[in-house]
Amino acid sequence: MSKTILTIDDSPSVRQLVALTLSTAGYSVIEAGDGAEGYEKATTNRVNAVITDLNMPVMNGLDFIRKYRAHPSSAGIPIIFLTTESDDALKTEARAAGATGWLVKPFKQDQMLAIMRKVVGA
Amino acid sequence: MSRPDPAETFRQEARDLLEALEQALLDLSEDHGDRELVDTAFRALHTLKGSGSMSGFDEVAAFVHDFETAFDRVRKGLAPISDALVRIALNAKDHVQLLIAEPGVHAAAGMPILAALHALVAENGVAAPPPGDAAMARPAKTVAEDGSASGWRVRFRLPGDAMAMGTNPLLLLEELRDLGPCEIVADDEAVPPLDDFDPLVIYLGWDVTLRADVPREAIEDVFLFLRDAMELSIDPLADERAEAGSDGADEPADVPVERAAPIKAAAASASKSGGASLRVAAERLDELMDCVGELVIAQARLSQIAGHSQDVGLSSVAEDIERLAATLRDTTMSVRMVPIGSLFGRFRRLVHDLADDLGKEVQFVTMGEETELDKTMVERLADPLVHIIRNAIDHGMEKPDKRLADGKSTCGTVRLTAVHSGAEVAISVSDDGAGLNAQRIRAKAEEAGLITPEARLSDHELFQYIFHPGFSTAQEITSISGRGVGMDVVKRAIEGLRGTIELTSKAGEGTKATLRLPLTLAIVEGMLVRVGDGRYAIPLSAVEECLELPASEVAGTSGRNFLDVRGTLVPYLRLREMFGTDAPPDLHQKVVIVGSGDLRVGLVVDQIIGNAQTVIKSLSRLHAGIGTFSGATILGDGEVALILDVAQLVSSAEQQQRRVSGRNLGIAA
Repeated sequence: MSKTILTIDDSPSVRQLVALTLSTAGYSVIEAGDGAEGYEKATTNRVNAVITDLNMPVMNGLDFIRKYRAHPSSAGIPIIFLTTESDDALKTEARAAGATGWLVKPFKQDQMLAIMRKVVGA
Repeated sequence: MSRPDPAETFRQEARDLLEALEQALLDLSEDHGDRELVDTAFRALHTLKGSGSMSGFDEVAAFVHDFETAFDRVRKGLAPISDALVRIALNAKDHVQLLIAEPGVHAAAGMPILAALHALVAENGVAAPPPGDAAMARPAKTVAEDGSASGWRVRFRLPGDAMAMGTNPLLLLEELRDLGPCEIVADDEAVPPLDDFDPLVIYLGWDVTLRADVPREAIEDVFLFLRDAMELSIDPLADERAEAGSDGADEPADVPVERAAPIKAAAASASKSGGASLRVAAERLDELMDCVGELVIAQARLSQIAGHSQDVGLSSVAEDIERLAATLRDTTMSVRMVPIGSLFGRFRRLVHDLADDLGKEVQFVTMGEETELDKTMVERLADPLVHIIRNAIDHGMEKPDKRLADGKSTCGTVRLTAVHSGAEVAISVSDDGAGLNAQRIRAKAEEAGLITPEARLSDHELFQYIFHPGFSTAQEITSISGRGVGMDVVKRAIEGLRGTIELTSKAGEGTKATLRLPLTLAIVEGMLVRVGDGRYAIPLSAVEECLELPASEVAGTSGRNFLDVRGTLVPYLRLREMFGTDAPPDLHQKVVIVGSGDLRVGLVVDQIIGNAQTVIKSLSRLHAGIGTFSGATILGDGEVALILDVAQLVSSAEQQQRRVSGRNLGIAA
């Protein structure tokens, strides 16, 4: 069974790119446009990993990570956050919130796939 | 189905983001202190940069990155918001738009904008940090450590909660194994008794001997996400190997490292769950609407055939189809409805720039942004509204000193509102400027021979002359209005949308232009009437009531075509005469009272047939000059009925009335 990845990003083009990359590599992809929608989908679907943007309207990525980590279904689920900030403080904050890893935008498709293999396996 | 083009998705997204940015900037120009607006603008820039670089719009990403860097100082409160800043930021936003529209052409033009932007935010002496791409930056590492060895001893212990936080230690070990042959020994020293055991906590540590000639960095990369929170030691195996002699020396050192497998060419079907809304190409909506129009016509024919048939099955199917067609029509029309707010947004920039150029202070207030109109209508309203707003600011609005002298506040207000009223939308543009000058309009109208000096006209009637072709009272031609495109063009455009426009004004208090428009252009409820042998449709929204033509008026050709409707005199038009019908008139002729704006006119017809779904087909270019009809429709029996242009008929009745009263005046004098 293919692994399901939830991608949360307010930018449709980034979402589309992530979805395209992952689905081409054989993952199933669920999309959400903000943290609140992401939380809803993360807790009602069986997901194997989450890729989330940090800077989003409605519910930002950090709040999403905290809220999702408070939900029992998130145990052991990797959360990768996308960021354009090379800001270490933000990374530390996201890690403290419960993120597993990060990916710096702009990323190449194989970089993203390498990260996904790292956290969920092929 | 074709795969979505990421570049096109980005363009659409960028349009939305740039609009949000512009709105935020314009709002900021009114309220310099609103942090939330700064955040909104910043977020728009940030997203634009991220998705731009992801979608291959590198120029855009680079420019926006600098833009964002400058704006970040504003966000952090290091630089104040000022009108100058907003102006340059708007220029920068325009530049981004150019970069997206025509990549590779305008890159150089961005430098002065950025320079100006950076100069502004650096005003307090601290220069903005030079923009540098820190993407994928890694902490500095010493050269000495960068050397590779024939093998490594890697000892690590993960943070206890790492597994709960999504790290899978098995995958880490596998990744190490991908680098080369490994001997892995688990350190189970810290595993607690079963009672205290938490399955989500990692108690194990690992000691891995990796026999491969890989750089230290490659091993560090395995632990990329955990390095600062874990215990990790990476030591070269060199000395150990010396001790162990030949042990491991024959191991292949260059195991192919599969860091990034090529993406499979075959595109797996993406199971993307759709969001709450989706974007659809506008042409498809137009096609859909065309199809629905044809369906409604075909359905009318079916109903007619079923009506004449004795077949019960046929009638019941025809009824079902009638119901379905009506639902489909309503749904399709509602899909095409867009809030007019998207249009209003564009005007804010216009007002801002115009006021700036003309040295006037103008506050722009909009209401009813959520009012929905057919997409085509919204698009075609843009130009007329731009013209009206330009006029309001250029001609209507006074300069601040003049306003002050008149006892008004220096800042004028232009108000744009939209409201639904029945099957119509009323859009009004009002200003609190000087108002129209009735004397000047009168003088101009007399000069143009439109009215005689004796004619007595109310101010309201005079104002409507502004809509005559070539009628401009602008005493000097400014770059903004008075360029020969007059209000007559606006009026024609509005009438082309089957709408009406009306001006009211009060000297010293301001002017108000009110546009009334139907909700949709494609299908209207019509009233079908017969005049002689021909059938005609009148838009039902314009019909106010139907009466029988009194016997006293039937033969009357006195020229005084007025009807007493409950004490009000209403002029009427005999359509039989207008259309030159030879067929004998019906015994009991009917009058359909129609309204346009404040005016009411009766239309004398032979017979009222009933309501009909009217799918509007425009007339050919050859018939474009015919004012009486706005289009044609196909009836259920396949025949064509012309659609009466109510606004046109009302104004011709009004002229007839004026001629008559003019003649009467002449007699009286």
